Amino acid sequence: MAYEIIESCVNCWACEPLCPSQAISDARPHFRIDAKKCTECEGEFADPQCVSICPIEGAILSPFGEPANPPGSLTGIRPERMAEVMAEIQAR
Amino acid sequence: MELTVIGQTASESAADGCSSSGCGGSSDQLSHLPEHIRAKVHNHPCYSEEAHHHFARMHVAVAPACNIQCHYCNRKYDCSNESRPGVVSEVLTPDQAVKKVMAVAANIPQMTVLGIAGPGDPLANPERTFETFRQLTEKAPDIKLCVSTNGLSLPDQVEELCKHNIDHVTITINCVDPDVGAQIYPWIFWNNRRIKGRKGAEILIKQQQQGLKMLTERGILVKVNSVMIPGVNDVHLEEVSKVVKANGAFLHNVMPLIAEAEHGTFFGVMGQRGPTHNELQALQDKCAGDMNMMRHCRQCRADAVGMLGEDRGDEFTMDKVENMEIDYESAMQRRAEYHASIEANREAQKQQSGQSFVALSSIKVNRKETRPVLMAVATSGGGVINQHFGHAKEFLVYEASMTDVRFIGHRKVDLYCSGGDSCGDAETTLQKIIRALEGCEAVLCSKIGYEPWEQLETAGIQPNGEHAMEPIEEAVAAVYAEMAENGQLDEARAAVQLQIGA
Repeated sequence: MAYEIIESCVNCWACEPLCPSQAISDARPHFRIDAKKCTECEGEFADPQCVSICPIEGAILSPFGEPANPPGSLTGIRPERMAEVMAEIQAR
Repeated sequence: MELTVIGQTASESAADGCSSSGCGGSSDQLSHLPEHIRAKVHNHPCYSEEAHHHFARMHVAVAPACNIQCHYCNRKYDCSNESRPGVVSEVLTPDQAVKKVMAVAANIPQMTVLGIAGPGDPLANPERTFETFRQLTEKAPDIKLCVSTNGLSLPDQVEELCKHNIDHVTITINCVDPDVGAQIYPWIFWNNRRIKGRKGAEILIKQQQQGLKMLTERGILVKVNSVMIPGVNDVHLEEVSKVVKANGAFLHNVMPLIAEAEHGTFFGVMGQRGPTHNELQALQDKCAGDMNMMRHCRQCRADAVGMLGEDRGDEFTMDKVENMEIDYESAMQRRAEYHASIEANREAQKQQSGQSFVALSSIKVNRKETRPVLMAVATSGGGVINQHFGHAKEFLVYEASMTDVRFIGHRKVDLYCSGGDSCGDAETTLQKIIRALEGCEAVLCSKIGYEPWEQLETAGIQPNGEHAMEPIEEAVAAVYAEMAENGQLDEARAAVQLQIGA
């Protein structure tokens, strides 16, 4: 089982140096996780490192194929509150 | 003989170290600094308003990774058309970066400073950052090294920083209150975990202040950058200014938020506005009471090359650099010669500039109180008025008052005259420029066309092309004297007037 980086990756490099298994390469069009090498950081860290630093929601999929950082998890704004928060911000 | 401004004793004037381009005898620049600090910033274009007219800097993008998220930053940095922090076109390895620095320093003798400012956080990429510094200390010992950081891992890196030839560090500090911080930083990466919200902001703030103190204790100069975000930290930044000063920062640089939807940043997409010119200036003035500010910051890209306000990065892409033949020894010699000639020039301008204030002080004696006036200046560098109005990509704004002329800041504009197809848009471009010059009562340039002249005049901004090639402060002082003579300064201007600094 392994994590997977998908096309919404912006090639920001944050994950690459953190991977304890050197499973991440700066491939193009976007960075790539070598599924054979990925250990999900099992036994190394409490949280998978690439998932913990990735700045883009949805750019990494869990071994179950779901976004490891789902919508709203990084901005701290749940999708249903988006319009409301936007209105607050625009009133500043 | 150097004549002094009324209200300023001869000894103060002699000691203040101010010269023609910028500080103009005012107290809000570098004049208050102890000699050992002034010596360090004298030729640094980012720290000395005056030096930026003569010297160039470059950033090398060796540090892509970042360990925090700022709501004004988009980690997708691969863009050649945007000019703002965090944006670069290519990430370099340390070896490539060193090659590029050596090539630029050989071709641009004004080069004094090499900075690493990202596009991520330099200290989140310590091996790449420090390898670059190590090689440059050896190969180009005359180039000053700087680093800019968000501060999160700064306390852990201070010892390593001290091993290199680094005089200056910039820390971006937007808050000292975690509740404010939570609105700017949604998360940080700390001890191998993502920490969100207030808790993350609290750790970041603690690390920033600790890092600031540690650097100051070790004699490294620290500048603090703050991004002014209306409705988030605008009021709070006055407090930040006090705290960072107490902890040893020698400069506090308040910059406006850059937020456009097309940049893809959280603030841009959400429609967070940036400050107006007047809001920014009012805050900078408030903070200036506590802290010495720098108004000439251009918020450059993390791979900018050249003088402030210009970017010659295109001339030094890696494929071009690889093919350049460079004689390093003679290049260093040329830099030394250039710097010596600039030094002589600065001395000469300094001698001259004392004289321009005679006119100002005589106004004070002979006339009643006159109000301060903002003026915009078109210049391509060198501390003189030498640019055509239509060629200006930015205007420097100065405030003239009865006692001095001081540099306030710069305002970026679109080129009015770019020729060709874009000429159809000339009218709107000109209107944008007029809006950008809000609050200014005169614009000084080397030349100006009839049409913009007319429209500027209608908008209450007097164009003036009579002082071409003159030192900026002298020209501004002369125009101010003329306005006073004509009785234009006796009454408050209808538009909002900005508070004159102390």
